[in-house]
This record gives sequence, C-alpha cells and structure tokens, in this order.
Amino acid sequence: MKQLRDLLFPLMAVLCAFAVGALVVLFIGDSPIETYRLLLGSALSWPDGIGYTLFFATPLIFTGLAVAVALRGGLLNIGAEGQLYVAAFATAWVGITLSNLPSALLVPLCCLAGIAAGAAWAAIPGVLKARFGSHEVINTIMLNFIAVALVGYLTQYHYRTPGDPIMESAPISAAAHIPRLGQFIPGLPARIPLNVAFLLALVACWLVYVLLWKTKWGYEIRATGQNPSAAEYGGVSIRKEIVLTMAISGGVAAMVGIKEVLGYRYRYYDGFSDNYGFTGIAVALLGRNHPVGVIAAALLFAVLQRGGVPVDAFTQLVSKDIVLILQALVILFVAAEAMFRRGGRRQGAGGTI
Amino acid sequence: MRLELRNISKRFGAVLANDHLNIVIPSGTIHAIVGENGAGKSTAMRIAYGFYRADSGEILVNDEGREIRAPLDAIALGIGMVHQHFMLVRPMTVTENIVLGAEPGSALLLDLKTAAARIRALSEEFKLAVNPDAVVEDLSVGQQQRVELLKALYRKAELLILDEPTAVLTPQEVEEFFTILRRMREQGKTVVIITHKLSEVLAISDNVTVMRDGRVVGDMRTSDTSAAALARMMVGREVLLRVDKPPARPGAAVLSVRALSIAGRRGERRLDKVSFDVRAGEIVGVAGVEGNGQTELIEALAGLLPESQVSGSVAFGGQDIRALDARRRREAGIAHVPEDRHRRGLLLGFSLAENTILGVHYRPPAVSGVGSVLLNEPAIRRRAELVIREFDVRPPNPALPARALSGGNQQKLIIGREFELPPVLLLISQPTRGVDIGAIEFIHRKIVALRDSGCAVLLVSAELEEVTALADRVLVLHNGRIAGEVDPARVTHEQIGLLMTGGLGPGKVEGLGPSDAEGHA
Repeated sequence: MKQLRDLLFPLMAVLCAFAVGALVVLFIGDSPIETYRLLLGSALSWPDGIGYTLFFATPLIFTGLAVAVALRGGLLNIGAEGQLYVAAFATAWVGITLSNLPSALLVPLCCLAGIAAGAAWAAIPGVLKARFGSHEVINTIMLNFIAVALVGYLTQYHYRTPGDPIMESAPISAAAHIPRLGQFIPGLPARIPLNVAFLLALVACWLVYVLLWKTKWGYEIRATGQNPSAAEYGGVSIRKEIVLTMAISGGVAAMVGIKEVLGYRYRYYDGFSDNYGFTGIAVALLGRNHPVGVIAAALLFAVLQRGGVPVDAFTQLVSKDIVLILQALVILFVAAEAMFRRGGRRQGAGGTI
Repeated sequence: MRLELRNISKRFGAVLANDHLNIVIPSGTIHAIVGENGAGKSTAMRIAYGFYRADSGEILVNDEGREIRAPLDAIALGIGMVHQHFMLVRPMTVTENIVLGAEPGSALLLDLKTAAARIRALSEEFKLAVNPDAVVEDLSVGQQQRVELLKALYRKAELLILDEPTAVLTPQEVEEFFTILRRMREQGKTVVIITHKLSEVLAISDNVTVMRDGRVVGDMRTSDTSAAALARMMVGREVLLRVDKPPARPGAAVLSVRALSIAGRRGERRLDKVSFDVRAGEIVGVAGVEGNGQTELIEALAGLLPESQVSGSVAFGGQDIRALDARRRREAGIAHVPEDRHRRGLLLGFSLAENTILGVHYRPPAVSGVGSVLLNEPAIRRRAELVIREFDVRPPNPALPARALSGGNQQKLIIGREFELPPVLLLISQPTRGVDIGAIEFIHRKIVALRDSGCAVLLVSAELEEVTALADRVLVLHNGRIAGEVDPARVTHEQIGLLMTGGLGPGKVEGLGPSDAEGHA
C-alpha cells in the first residue's frame, strides 16, 4: 500500500507536467498529440532513439544516485557538479600519465583515480560540517566554482596540446577506452556512444541499494539521516557518518566524469557537463531517493532530452524549449507534491485520537 | 457557558474515535475528561473546538444548537483551547503572541500599548502573573502555559479546554496552576481539562467524564468517586495503583560515581560534585524538579556527553569508564532508556525490527557473513518478534514504522530493546511519560523483575509517585547537587518536595538514610 502510494505520487507529478505542457503547446497553436508523438516516438525508437536515451540517462543516474545517497544520510549535496569535474580531470590525468599500462590495469586505475578525486572533493564539505558545523549546502556550492576553475586552469596551462584551439587535454591512452555497447549488441550501431558505463550505472544503483538497506554501514547512514540524536544514542559517530556519506556521494558523482573521459571524449574536455550535477537533484527528488526511482527518473529526463530534437525539427511552432518547460514542470509538481505530503503528515501527527 | 455534545460520532479510517458521545459540561464548573491514550477524549474536544467536524451529532452551546466548522467559529462562541504542545512563537514577546491573529489597531498600524494594558488587566483579574514584554523563549514552561491561558482569555473565552495541561509542569507549578483554575471558576468561567492523571482529577474537578474506546463509560460528581474506581473504568479491569515489590537484596556496587560535575554547553554548571553508588539488585531513584541536572547525569553516564564537559570519576564494575563512548558502554552492559523517546530513543521512520537493533546493529546476531557487514534479516526479525512478544507491543508487526505506534507502545519497544541487551546497569529516564495506566503497571513490573534478576537500576522520573513506588533508595537532586538521600518507605512526598525545592539542607529530613557516597568516601 505504502509502496504503491510512493509510486503513485511521482507518476501523478509527471502526468500533471505533461498535461500542463499540452496546454502550452495548444496555446502556441500546435497539436499536443503530434508533439508528444514526435517526442516519445523518437526517444523510444530502435536503435537511435533508445541508444541515445540510455546514453543521456547514464550521467543522470549517477548524479541522481549521488544526491539520493547523501539525502538518505541527511545531507544535501549540491556539489555533484564540481565533484564530477575533478573526477573527470583525475581520470584523464591517469589515462595520459600512465599511458604505457595495459588496458586491464589502466582502466581500473583511471576509475580509482576518478572516484578517489570525487570522493575527496565531496569529503571536504563533509569534514567542514563534522568539524565546524558549517552547512554542506553552502560549501558544496562554493566548491563547484573552485572545482571548475581549478580543472580549467590545469587544462589551460598544463595539459593542453600546444596549438589546440579547444579547451581540452591531450588524448588519453587508447588502452584506457571503455567499449561502446554497439560492439556487443546486434543491431546497435557502433556510432551510438552508449557504452558500458550505462551498465555500470545500473550496477552502482544495485550496490547503493545493498549498501543502504542490507549492511550495517547503510543502517548507520540512514539512522544518521533520519535522526542524528537517536543514531548517536545508538553508538553511531555522527561526524564520521557525515564525512563517509559525503565521500560515497562524491564517489558516485565521480562516475559521470569517468564515463565521459573513458567512454565518450577520450580526453578531459572543459565544460563537458550539461549541468548533470544539478539535474541530479531533480532526479533524486523525483526518484524518491531510491535507486530504482532514480533509474526511472533519469530515464524520463533522458527521454525528454532525446525527444526534444525532432520536436524542434518537425513541428511548425514548437521549439525544443518545450523540453525545458516539461522538465521544469516535472520539478515543480514534484516539489509541490512534497509540500502537499509534508502538510498532510503534519495534520496526521496532530490527529491524536 | 454550558457546553453539550449530543450523540457525537467521528470515524478516522477504520477507527471509530467517538461513538455516540453524550457529554454535558455545566456552566461555571471544572470538568475533567479522563481516559487512556486513544480513548477519544482529545478527538471529542477537538470537535468542540472546530478542529475536526463530527460525522454525526450536534453541539449545543447554552442549550442552543451551533455549527462549529473551524476554530474561528469556536472562538467567536467563546470557546478557547490550550493544546498540550504550546502554539507560541518563541522569539516574540508575550504581548505579540497573545494578540497574534487578533491584532489591535488600524489596518496598518499595530497598537500594542492598548493590548499590553488589557493583558495586564487580565493577568490581574485572574492572578496570572506574566510580564507582557518578556520574550516567550525566556519563560519557564509554567509561564508559557499562562501565556496560552491569557491568549484564550484575551479572545474573551468563556469556556476553556485544556489538553493535558499538567504534563509539562513541575509539582509546584501544578499547585499554582490549580489555583489559577479555581480563580477562573470563581470568575464564572467554565474549564474542561483532558487528562489521565487521576490524582489531579480528584484534586481539581467538580465533575468527571470517563471515556474508553470512543465511548463514555462513566459520568459522575468527582466527590462520589475514587482513583481506584476511575482507573477501573478507564482500563476496563482492576488496576493495581501500587507497585508490589519484595524488599531489595542489593549486592556489590555496580556503578560508583564520585564527584561528578558536568558543565553545560556555555560552561554553566549543570551537575556539581555528585557522588553515589548503584548496587546490583537495587533501584536507585532520582527525584527532582526537571532541569536540576537529571538529564545531564543520565546522558553523562550513557556516554552521550563530550568528555570535556564531564569531570570526576565514574566506575562501572570497578573500571573507570569515562573514556568509553556510548557504543563501548553499551557493550559493557549499560542499557539506557532515554527520557525523550522521539528525540533519542527511536528512528520513527524505521521499522520496529530496525529499531530493535539500534545500538547493537553492528555486531552479531544483527549482522552476519564476512566481516559482519551484512544485516541478518531473519535474526533481526526474530529479535523484534521476541521484544514484541515479551513486551506486548501492539500492533505486533515488525515491519511497521515506529511512527505508527502509540506512545505507550513505542515506550514498550524501547524498554524491550534495552532489556534484551541484557543490562548489568539500566539507566532509565521517565519510563512511563505519556503512557497509559495499563502499560504503566506493566512497565513497572518489568523494571522490578529486572532488579530482582540482579540488575542495577538508576531511575529518573518527574513523577514523584513513580520514584517513591519503584525505588529502594531515592536521591533528591536540586540545582545540580544531591540535596539528600531518603528511604521512600519512611518519608512523605511533602518532605521530598521540600528537598526538591532546596527548602531543607541534607540530613534534616526524618528517614534520611546514611548516604552511600559518604560511607565510601
């Protein structure tokens, strides 16, 4: 019953968003049915639609998961954006510096470097909160700017190929590339950049699920998030949990940088992130901070992103900004629904009989 | 004002909270409505105040049928209500709080001067001494309650509904509060108090209505009844109001506290060189007005205060435990039932099963496998089922969130969890706060049984009756010091009350036993 309701609310939010979006399309003077048919039809077509939709979903699963883990531990990580940038740079650095290593060593090392960088970057606001009580929201936001500036500086002045007009590093060793899924799936052309990182994203969701709900560590993280005083009473070190939770969150966000470098650009490319870290907050919110919900929410956002292209091209009046409108509406309805739920709970709590 | 609820019914989902209620509250009386948690007494009064709407039935005010759709309707009719949890804006002044929602002055300008004058007149009339310019968060709980009363009187309430008004008050404040209520009755006001404390019903009310399972099961003049009769009606069976316990047979000292001092967060002294022992097989009670160092004492012993705030020595089984954190202390056998079950004791969103492993969640049997990392769900479930069975937690479903339980059942869950440790020393604070009479009796028996099995128990309670009924020795705390140690069988409540308020120095109360601490020092 409770699970059903948990599913129902986000679903309602999405339906409401599409309904209001339809009104917008009508107001512009186009057909909502035709627009949505184009949007969904292209996003779900095989192989280009689905291939790209899953490709777009991959970073959102990671960032959504990162935000969700932190929220389960009672922390709002707005710094996934910065974390995935430092991770991308660390990954590329290893891929360039250790280019003599064989693939079997280099890929894991690149991943480790990226995860370590992301986790360490996220642990900074964790330590600041644990030691000094400064709020993680402010510190993660500020660290985003520092991260982007730092890796931009390193790229510009130290790792750029001389003469390259683009802000990007030298390419990584070919041994560090991770394969595209087209190599394994018949009918999926190799030109579609969907790669094994998508499978890693699903594995990450499973791992986070096991961590949070099946291990003592997850118990402590959730207990701290739910009621720090009670967790402390239960012998949990709140300070340790804050740092640990932030580090895990940053490590998950790091995967975006890793997949970007090893699976798509094959180098560090400045400004590669399409606000993945921030969209991740909406994904986590819509996905109820649950790994399965995160996957579903990331897929929805990816469908919108993929479907926006043909809408732009093949309708008379609707531009692909309809995607932004729909995204904004989904977030709005999810937020409104959260308020509605909280209001409902307050009333319920007052209703002693 | 005469208030009558006629044939009122109200259903919440599957629960019939009020089942054809008929309650008459005569004008100018103090009327008590008693019943266990969940009996429907709050629901009935919230219907009268317009918080809920009844499914059927009618409300008569001064013999006239009235529609009360919202609290504003009730206020317009002269009905006021003071909730158990105060609804005050803490950073604002008394005057600002009282006028909130009924601000005097023109549309744009607030006229607080006139309001303050009216409030002064009201406090004069009803002997409700409060400074109108004080900021609410600086006031004691008793004073805050007066602000709530003034708020209702300011809105010209003729009938006041008070929901569990004494739950937050100290014994001294209760006396003052009763004086205020009597004063209100003299001035022609009608007062309804919702409570489950029988001694207070007998002390203050003119009439009493007893509710059980949503129905009225008794309605009488207070002078015609007794505590035992009321308890029987409330619970539906004979209730033992006294704790039956054999004399204690104490063993060796389990806990030895010497010159324990605790500094508060701002460096103020919360506990001042306290020394005492707790021996195996005895219950040591700590009595005192709340806020005299009890909370800090228990938290320090449980390992929940930073070491820097604590000085002195604490030995447990002969070992100094000051350097041990909460986890190590629990491992050593110190169980802790905290005073505030929502803040400390429970993870409200977690299932009952998950709550029964809090504190032991990191070691077998709660975990299993390589490195003891994975939660062992079958074992956790078995533990939960054991606690639920042994402590009669209802509903007995380990998968329910703790939030879904009533206060009494939440408390039984916590006590059950801590008893399962099993404890060598039990620190237990306010064991029956907000718990039904039936469950109180049950919890008291469990504590005595634990004592008889050889556990040392340190009990803190704001209920003097509870401390004297359960404890074998009572330490009275006042201002962070032990004002005296008494034998509960040989002193009266008045004598303990004097110690609690610092009225007497130690050694002046008859029945004062030799202090263990002094004996060892």
